[in-house]
Amino acid sequence: MPSFSRYAGIYAALIRYSLIHEMQFKVNFLLWIVVEALWFGLQLAFMTVLYGHTDQIAGWSRWEVVLLVGCNQFIQQLFHTLFVTNLSNLSELIRKGTLDLLLLQPVNTRFLISVKKFEIGNILNALMGLVVIIYSLAQLGRVPTLAQWLGFAVVCLAGLSVHYSLMFLLACISFWTVRAQGIVWGYYNLFNIARLPAEAFPRGAYRAVFTWVLPMLLVSNVPAKLLAQRLASPWEWLALLGMALACFVVSELFWRFSLRHYTSASA
Amino acid sequence: MTPVTNDPIPVTRSADLWNKYAHVLSMGIQNTLVYRTNFLFRAAFGLVPLAATLFLWEAIYADKPAGTAIGAYTLAQMVSYYLLVTVVDAITAVAEDDWQIAADIKDGAVSQFLLKPLDFLAYRLCLYLSGRVIYTSVALIPVAFFLFFQREYLVGPSEPLGWVLAPLSVLMAGLLQFLIAYTVALLSFWVLDVSTFIFIQFAFEFLASGHLFPLDILPDGLHRLLLWSPYPYLLYFPVGVYLGRIQGAELWRGFALQLAWVGVAFLIARFVWSRGLRKYTAVGG
Repeated sequence: MPSFSRYAGIYAALIRYSLIHEMQFKVNFLLWIVVEALWFGLQLAFMTVLYGHTDQIAGWSRWEVVLLVGCNQFIQQLFHTLFVTNLSNLSELIRKGTLDLLLLQPVNTRFLISVKKFEIGNILNALMGLVVIIYSLAQLGRVPTLAQWLGFAVVCLAGLSVHYSLMFLLACISFWTVRAQGIVWGYYNLFNIARLPAEAFPRGAYRAVFTWVLPMLLVSNVPAKLLAQRLASPWEWLALLGMALACFVVSELFWRFSLRHYTSASA
Repeated sequence: MTPVTNDPIPVTRSADLWNKYAHVLSMGIQNTLVYRTNFLFRAAFGLVPLAATLFLWEAIYADKPAGTAIGAYTLAQMVSYYLLVTVVDAITAVAEDDWQIAADIKDGAVSQFLLKPLDFLAYRLCLYLSGRVIYTSVALIPVAFFLFFQREYLVGPSEPLGWVLAPLSVLMAGLLQFLIAYTVALLSFWVLDVSTFIFIQFAFEFLASGHLFPLDILPDGLHRLLLWSPYPYLLYFPVGVYLGRIQGAELWRGFALQLAWVGVAFLIARFVWSRGLRKYTAVGG
């Protein structure tokens, strides 16, 4: 049974290769950071403009919403660093038949697919999110305790896991149809929901779906609320942890189900 | 390598020209049909953030006295604005064209256009138009479905002339959108991966065109500054014309500016193309 240290060694090698590859295209590397920074700026600009016309949105003050956008950026950019490129690539792996090679490796295939490329540039964008988080906390006059920061780290990991599981689930649709590209692109649209305060949505189908099926309204809201001490009850972060687990299990089941019915491209 | 042609009679008769591009159009439609499922998902998924934005605005207006206007938009008018932006965007937005143009350059497919009596810009414009036909007809399904649920916010143009002027400005918006995307994609002559430039350009466009929010809610100075760029003429202006928010002298000035921007964009596109070709053929394309 391959050990944790072995997987860690493999991952370290993959990161090294990714770094070497990125440094060959320095301008491109910098430009992508600029692209992500611009879109983050757009989100902040949107909220700034909105709060020019109101003092609060569904009970969220201006800096609480900026904190939320910062948390979303932080989690989303970590997701970009670790998984997005790799999961978007799954349809190509299947189409080209490269997946067959990966399936033969003595290492867990899902692991190999998920971590192949480490997009180091996005770490800088994640740090931008962190800067905004800290700045907005200062504006709110809140200083989270160590316990709260640790809790924040845990729920961020849970949110990251949700994004990973859901996108992996969507990517596995490539096993069943060649037209999966539109679906993976569709995940970017779902991201946009996570940066909005959950209370802005009326209690109804939309909010229910995005809390209990595709928990976008939990992913960034819970960490932000935790830091801003706005959590209505422990149930909120328990819900996030529960959904993270549920999403992972569902994605793993669908992965195995798809593999069982997979006939390779070169058959 | 000089192009060799044994054709002594230059093919310039307008009928032949029309046939050529009509053929490109029909070919474009056939080829783009492959993307129809992709387009359907794209249009359907795009409704999710639209719904979120509308909920957000409803939450904002809910905290204010009924009938409040933000930036001269009541809630009903704000919703109408976003619905119309969605429709105009579905009609004019560039789907795969910029990536395809970049690929044409990278793969050397552009070489054919040095020899054939077909203009690359006109060719790509035909493909854009055929792409729009497919996209709009496919996107109609989820968008109409969504609009049905929001039908109380669907308003007609404020005056009869709007029925003529609005489609006209949408047409020009489409041309402008194409030309901008085309010019950015032409950067492939110089740059290995043009996608960063496409996204950077799109970020500015997303805000300045009024896609993210109506430009009126910006501070006045900023609003007027953005009106100097071509972007408001992609969405904000056509929607404003339709809703009758842009009237009188401002309307005609707007049309003149929109037309001017189409012209400027065309000239820039031509310029970048000729410079790009120079680089392309120098390398031995």
